[in-house]
Amino acid sequence: MKSMDIVKVAGKNNKHKILIYALSTCAWCKMTKQFFKDNDMEFEYVDVDLANEKDHEKIRKDIESRGAHPSFPTIIVDDKTVITGFRKDRIKEVLGV
Amino acid sequence: MITLEKVRQRAESDAKTYGYFLNPNPDFLNDLLEGLKKNEERYGYPACPCRVASGKLELDRDIICPCDYRDPDVAEFGACYCALYVRKDIIEGKTSLEPIPERRPKEKQERAYAISAEDPREKPLETKTTIPQEPMQVKKKLWYCKQCGYVVFREDPPYVCPICKAKREMFAEIALDVRANG
Repeated sequence: MKSMDIVKVAGKNNKHKILIYALSTCAWCKMTKQFFKDNDMEFEYVDVDLANEKDHEKIRKDIESRGAHPSFPTIIVDDKTVITGFRKDRIKEVLGV
Repeated sequence: MITLEKVRQRAESDAKTYGYFLNPNPDFLNDLLEGLKKNEERYGYPACPCRVASGKLELDRDIICPCDYRDPDVAEFGACYCALYVRKDIIEGKTSLEPIPERRPKEKQERAYAISAEDPREKPLETKTTIPQEPMQVKKKLWYCKQCGYVVFREDPPYVCPICKAKREMFAEIALDVRANG
């Protein structure tokens, strides 16, 4: 999943590798990004609607290959745990915050 | 160009018509309205701000706000997928707002993702004309509401009749039988 328009946001808490598939127009996605910023956590995100259109299909397949239904935001923690939607409690549980 | 105020008014009027409310969080609501405005500017129609649109009207019709999935989602979860429209108990704080699972069928999603990956702008001119359009075309049918007679020409019947609010089950396909005698 390299060579995409991945934006990196720096944070002091960088224990986990966090990737968010988001949409620039989605309010839930914005809330998710803000949550990680507020917790000073390092994360990467792709705004899929702004990404190269050729990557849309790649992203859909990546989400589905992880056993999830494509939906935004999709949060991938440490390349293995997938959280669909801004489920704060689940995010906290997985990240131990 | 459409203004944010116009997008807001449209949503407010639609919420009123259907007995819904707009999201009570002003910042969240504003983000959604901005998203709708942005989508209307780039696609020509207000596609759901929380879904990937293909940019092809035929394939995005079901996710044009208010989307086809709003009514069943509000009924089941208290809010639509992006949470622009909510039920009264959400406004009153009796029900908490949680992320809504995607109801849009997988096949429709797949089609939209695939077509946006096939951006014709990036193709050389000679291949552009050879791409067959048929497989991506949506097969539309005539549907009528058995309760009020409303007729619609689209791929699937609506979840709820926009006129009399009858459920999807009340829709039947109109079979066209054209015969040439003699």
